[in-house]
Amino acid sequence: MEQLYRMMVRIRFCEESLVEPILKGEIRCPCHLYSGEEAVAAGICAALTEQDYIFSTHRSHGHFLAKGGSMNELIAEVYCRESGCSRGRGGSMHLIDLDKGMIGSAPIVAGTISLALGSALAVSIRREERVTVSFFGDGATGEGVLYESLNFASLKKLPMIFACENNLYATHMPIQDCRVSNDIYRIAEPFCIESHVVNGNDVLAVYDTACEAVEKCRNGQGPIFLELRTYRLRGHVGPDDNIQGTHMDIRPKEEIECWLRKDPIKVFEDYVVEYHLLDGQTLQKIQRDAEIEVAEAHTFAKRSPMPDQKELMHYVFE
Amino acid sequence: MASDPSVFLIGQGVKSPWYVGNTAKGLLDRFGENRVIDTPVSENAITGAAVGAAIAGMKPVVVHPRMDFMFYAFDPIINEAANWCYMSGGKASVPVVIWGIINRGGEQAAQHSQALHTMFAHIPGLKVVMPSTPYDAKGLMIAAINDPNPVVFIDDRWLYENEEVVPGDMYEVKIGKSVIRKTGKDITLVAISYVVHEALKAVSKLTQEGIDVELIDLRTAKPLDRDIILKSVKKTGRLVVADVGWQTCGLAAEIVALVMEHAFPYLRALAKRVTLPDCPAPASSVLEKVYYPDAVNILAAVRQVMNYSSR
Repeated sequence: MEQLYRMMVRIRFCEESLVEPILKGEIRCPCHLYSGEEAVAAGICAALTEQDYIFSTHRSHGHFLAKGGSMNELIAEVYCRESGCSRGRGGSMHLIDLDKGMIGSAPIVAGTISLALGSALAVSIRREERVTVSFFGDGATGEGVLYESLNFASLKKLPMIFACENNLYATHMPIQDCRVSNDIYRIAEPFCIESHVVNGNDVLAVYDTACEAVEKCRNGQGPIFLELRTYRLRGHVGPDDNIQGTHMDIRPKEEIECWLRKDPIKVFEDYVVEYHLLDGQTLQKIQRDAEIEVAEAHTFAKRSPMPDQKELMHYVFE
Repeated sequence: MASDPSVFLIGQGVKSPWYVGNTAKGLLDRFGENRVIDTPVSENAITGAAVGAAIAGMKPVVVHPRMDFMFYAFDPIINEAANWCYMSGGKASVPVVIWGIINRGGEQAAQHSQALHTMFAHIPGLKVVMPSTPYDAKGLMIAAINDPNPVVFIDDRWLYENEEVVPGDMYEVKIGKSVIRKTGKDITLVAISYVVHEALKAVSKLTQEGIDVELIDLRTAKPLDRDIILKSVKKTGRLVVADVGWQTCGLAAEIVALVMEHAFPYLRALAKRVTLPDCPAPASSVLEKVYYPDAVNILAAVRQVMNYSSR
């Protein structure tokens, strides 16, 4: 309980701490903030071990932290510093920590789904017990490679979880304008893949479902498809709050207000306090810790050197 | 595959003896379906899977029996594999071999004939090798598998008739190293893949005419062996490049530009390119005859350059 809460709070504080530096122009690298979707990364990654693999997307901060990536390296990467997890060559959309099993993220929509297929294939060839989670958004359901990957994963019974974060928008476009059906989980059915739809703002529901999915994958009953219904509280990219009419995006104010009431962190707080699972003091302590950690990470990042121009051509090849 | 359990072969047709020109013969029996993986027609996902497996510590070889279908796989090859090492600041590497086979000729027309090596060579982070002999095919494949970076290995159906006895042991032909197939002092002829054999035919005719050609087999389209090319041109002062691809922005253009930038004072004549015309491959065999460059085209180009210098 405490761990799930701590992770969600760390992600939220991290994301919100980026808003001001972005607005001030201190951070120029495009950031796709994860605020509002924390329960998905926290819940799924809590069901994994360090040995398990995940691949992520353009909106990868939450996955990186939830899989055990360091706050310092994340914030430093967003500032494009040499001390970042990708040495300032990747930025916000290319986070990696191989030791923690966060084996990459990339913003080409659906681009990492087939890579996750490959790490699951590698695991099956080596007869290991690792599970791979492929995180992708609802926008990725428009890409053909998802369906190729579903077929091959099912054909080879790969230990892989397709984790679709359905936040109802593909960049600016509402899901009903992109898809004929909002029931994304059903796309796995023709491939004979077990699929579930989960309230992606309920971290315990996400965690329970993920635990079952991971267990099945380890027992050779993969792949599993999960649709996690959630909502991003910020815009597609950057801190814009996306209220229709006043800002760049097109989301109705009432819709945002409705989802603010379903904020996964608030929902969880209400639950644990009501059932006396965690007390207010513990929650406050966790928040203070996260606040300090994030502030220290910004200090670390800003004090870190920029990449050396003489090293522009480093890392093209190993 | 026997010496390294992380190597596996994946792609369409690896179970079928004819599909990949007998190159995978016997592998299935020896290594099983776990490491010789025939696939549905899903180039994007399957190539991505090879790239992802490489990120996860394997050394996959993914084969495209007709490289025209590799356009479906440009995203995992270029966006992911080629960029991966750089965009992770060197934290991760992608030791994948992407093997494409050119299927030109035989009235197969535009979508079963294309040579895409220049497109791959354009991309930072990719290495591109193109053997012209059985010895090089084995040595370059082993080098490609051992390389920690993504390597695009391209061979040509027209080379599959060539036979030679190759050493049974594991040997590498170094990536990025070209070879001089014949030394000469009058003109440098650079060729790659199947046009090396056309060039050899031309060279023997030219030798009879008293033209002493130095023939370089590139072996690797990227990274180019600049030293061997520049050293040769500085010696001969003349250059003809024969490529298996199209002319505009092609490999031959790159080599001419390289010579212009680094050996211009040594040139005694204009340089010539022998390439495919900027035209899709035709079906008609009558048109194919004029479409594909051969020894006759190379002879003409060499003579033109030699005549230029004697004027």
